[in-house]
Amino acid sequence: MKNVSTRAVAVGILLVSLVLAGVVSFYAASTPDGLTKVSEDHGFADTETDHGAADSPFAGYGASFVDDDDRLSGGFAGVVGVLVVLAAGTGLTLALRRRPTPDDARETQDA
Amino acid sequence: MHVPDGFLDAPTSIATGVVAVAAVGVSLRKARAELDDRTAPLAGLVAAFVFATQMLNFPVAGGTSGHLMGGAIAAVLVGPWTGVLATSVVFIVQALLFADGGITALGTNIVLMGVTTVAVGWGVFRALQAVLPKTTAMVPVAAGLGAFVSVPVASLVFVSLYAVGGTADVPLGTLTGAMVGVHVLIGIGEGVITFLAVGSVIAVRPDLVHGARPVLAARELEVRTAGAGA
Repeated sequence: MKNVSTRAVAVGILLVSLVLAGVVSFYAASTPDGLTKVSEDHGFADTETDHGAADSPFAGYGASFVDDDDRLSGGFAGVVGVLVVLAAGTGLTLALRRRPTPDDARETQDA
Repeated sequence: MHVPDGFLDAPTSIATGVVAVAAVGVSLRKARAELDDRTAPLAGLVAAFVFATQMLNFPVAGGTSGHLMGGAIAAVLVGPWTGVLATSVVFIVQALLFADGGITALGTNIVLMGVTTVAVGWGVFRALQAVLPKTTAMVPVAAGLGAFVSVPVASLVFVSLYAVGGTADVPLGTLTGAMVGVHVLIGIGEGVITFLAVGSVIAVRPDLVHGARPVLAARELEVRTAGAGA
């Protein structure tokens, strides 16, 4: 086992995620994805209805308050997304770990 | 493969919503056993990584693109139950904040790209692990293959949902061929990304990879046995 701390692995995953979402995402393919393309080719793309969150400042992976720069707008949205998902995921993890029930203790013993 | 609002009718969307809520509910219970001191710090990060990677559409044939779904990678890194939770968090944030994937289709997207890819990815991974050599080098290989299979299966699940509750009249055979065809290609990308990501963590800290535990446990036993024999 090499001497890399868990903290270093965690920081590594975070940095990679931030760079992918914040920088590399600008270079992602802009062609329609598999389902979108199939729906266009086979005549059901127009059944899509308006999105309930279309007014979100980050709708469509942009930042509505950064108008003039796609790279900045998309990168900002990506970084926000990574941090929001990280916060929600970590919060959920902590909540699950903090409240072990007697039921769980029994399951662990059985296993 | 984010399904927008309007592709599936209300009853089907409600049904997938119920399935998604049930799957997340069961996962909330079961994930506690997976979230030990090693996987817990990574669970939120794996969700963040899946989110980031889903922004990276890669080109596949014919003016089409695809992106990672992430069920296999999450299941192998932090465990299948935690994997369902991690991918679900991603789809919820995408729908509410980024208007990606319909809100009424949230259950559908959790079922397709979360539950299905976790179940298939993890299932194929474990099956391959049983037949492949018990080495840590095989863990990313099995993960990548599981990821590859999970994507076209998810597209088949979409087709079956569309057969039940699609809002347009599309010939089923045509839809099946088109969806599976393009998603086999996207699956190759899913497999490669999963192989690289799992391989990266395996290279530095195999003990942090949930799916590597059986291999590491077997290796430890061998070492102990050899030590006792000497």
